[in-house]
Amino acid sequence: MRLLIVEDDEMLRDGLLVGLRLQGFSTEAVESLADARQALAQPGFEAMVLDLMLPDGSGLDLLRDMRGRGNSLPVLVLTARDQTPAKIAGLDAGADDYLAKPFDLSELAARLRALIRRAQGRAAPEMRWNGLVLDPARMSGTYLGRPVQFGLREFTILQALMENPGVVLSKSQLEERLYGWQEEVESNTVEVHIHKLRARLAPGFIRTLRGAGYRLADPV
Amino acid sequence: MISIRRRLFIALLAATGMVWLSAVIWIQYSTRQEVSHVLDRRLEESARMVASLIGRQGLPGAVHDPQAGVAGVLGPDEPLFSRQLVCQVWGLDGSLKSESAGAPSEPLAAEAASGFSQREIRTETGPQQWRVYTYVDEALGIRVMVGDALAMRDGLVSGVVMGLLAPALLILPALALLIWLGVGRGLQPLSEFARLLRARSAQDLRPLPTKWVPRELSPMIGALNGLFARVEGQREREQDFTAFAAHELKTPLAGLKTQAQIAKMAPDEETRAHALRQILRGVERTDRLARQLLDLTAAEASEQPTGPCPKLGSIVKDVLRDLRDMAALRGITLRLELQSETEMACVGSLLAPALRNLVENALQASPEGEEVVLTAAVKDDALLLCVADRGPGIPDEDRPKITERFFRGGRPKSGTGSGLGLSIVEATALRLGGSLTLAPRADGGEEARLALPLRFQ
Repeated sequence: MRLLIVEDDEMLRDGLLVGLRLQGFSTEAVESLADARQALAQPGFEAMVLDLMLPDGSGLDLLRDMRGRGNSLPVLVLTARDQTPAKIAGLDAGADDYLAKPFDLSELAARLRALIRRAQGRAAPEMRWNGLVLDPARMSGTYLGRPVQFGLREFTILQALMENPGVVLSKSQLEERLYGWQEEVESNTVEVHIHKLRARLAPGFIRTLRGAGYRLADPV
Repeated sequence: MISIRRRLFIALLAATGMVWLSAVIWIQYSTRQEVSHVLDRRLEESARMVASLIGRQGLPGAVHDPQAGVAGVLGPDEPLFSRQLVCQVWGLDGSLKSESAGAPSEPLAAEAASGFSQREIRTETGPQQWRVYTYVDEALGIRVMVGDALAMRDGLVSGVVMGLLAPALLILPALALLIWLGVGRGLQPLSEFARLLRARSAQDLRPLPTKWVPRELSPMIGALNGLFARVEGQREREQDFTAFAAHELKTPLAGLKTQAQIAKMAPDEETRAHALRQILRGVERTDRLARQLLDLTAAEASEQPTGPCPKLGSIVKDVLRDLRDMAALRGITLRLELQSETEMACVGSLLAPALRNLVENALQASPEGEEVVLTAAVKDDALLLCVADRGPGIPDEDRPKITERFFRGGRPKSGTGSGLGLSIVEATALRLGGSLTLAPRADGGEEARLALPLRFQ
């Protein structure tokens, strides 16, 4: 689940970047409205965490702008102003949810998962495919009735594939999910984790399409 | 407390009383003139009439019968005046020929010639001043003297004055009541506004209505509305400040909480160490923000800090000692140019945070290897402190707002900047009766000038 974080406070931005990654999201962070606009021009984000007071303007302006151009990306607004009028203004400007600082990281993650789930048209929190029931909140699941635990990166890759079963994701798309753009990725990381996933589930659960990438096996 | 109503009441009553009193005095004077004129004429005419009667009928002989005597000539008796007008007829040789009833034994007038005279005459009731007309008829050989007592004349005048004063004294309470009520009515708009103001809550700073306001009240209401507007503005600024301060504190708090949660759930040692480092930096930054908020509050507080006045020399030394490490860390030379006479200049202790913020700003803006210069000089009876750096300077579009609280320009919240530093410097400059100017240097960089009144203790 790729997230765009717009926050100008260095410490909080770093915290969101790392903390949400630990919660199974793929995060990318920018510190100004201008950078956010640039990042939004790229496809692939599933939600945005937006601070309202930014050095080059108000996050509400970006929000109105996005909604005006028909962008329906789920947006969770983060701000220090937790009075009701400020919340109303945020929601009316097009925000999907609202969290006042200081917030709880797990609550933020849960709300983001819910936003993304809704945006994908799912009501149930679990993702299901071919006998695997994946619980994003716990980063665990059951396969054919047997509980399975996943590592953070395994889970991130598996979740990316489960979001759009049948769709092929390239290796670089999966790498982006793992790290965001800023960090170096070792060339075989994706292969290593795909291998681990196959060992935990079934060898045929994920299929490799040479030259194209990976996708989940067709339903049986 | 002075009551306008009582004041107006007393003034109006006193004025009315004065007018009345002046009228009484004037009437008394003119009545006295008139009475004396009329009675003098009467004395004169009576004397002539007595003389002409004597000329025609001879002396009445019997002296002591008032009805047959001179009094008969003077017309019907009036209770007030009958015993007051007396007449004597003397021969030119000085013998008393005739007199009216009640006339004194001595001559009424000392003068022998015709005309008015005034004399004190002993009567049964004691000495009295008399006004006398003497008519000398050479042909008949008689001297007629007719006189009346001045006391009688005074009585006449007092009668008139009393007739004037008595109703006035009766009317006075009624008049006072009318004035009291009238003044109260005239002041009603005032109490109406007092009622309006009393009924207001502390939050209600809407302007008072200015329609249908008496002309005398409108300047006061205008001034009051002006005050309301200023208080409202001040309160809005304070609310903004509080909201900003809350935001500025909540953001690092959110950062701290997030980093703490990361440290708690970190899967590896590196992530945990990173989070802990972030927490330490965050605490330092939040501490600085809290200090700056306190500095700003102190700079804007209304009461002067007490205690001995610190010298510029020692403040500069303290500030430089605190910031030497920061300068060294960035490879910046921190140069001091202090005119010797400024070292003993007396400056408020508020100057220390202001100076620290200026030098910190300069150090943060300065490129590595350059120098930041702090100079202190005396110019035109003012203490001039300059902090100059070689940094990029303040962008022109940011200049008008650069001293606003929490204004950071277009920069993201990186490092330690809170947007309060220059607000503190400016508030301090104003408090100490000086000014802050920020201007680019001709050869690159920015210079902050703090001009303060020069004082020595």
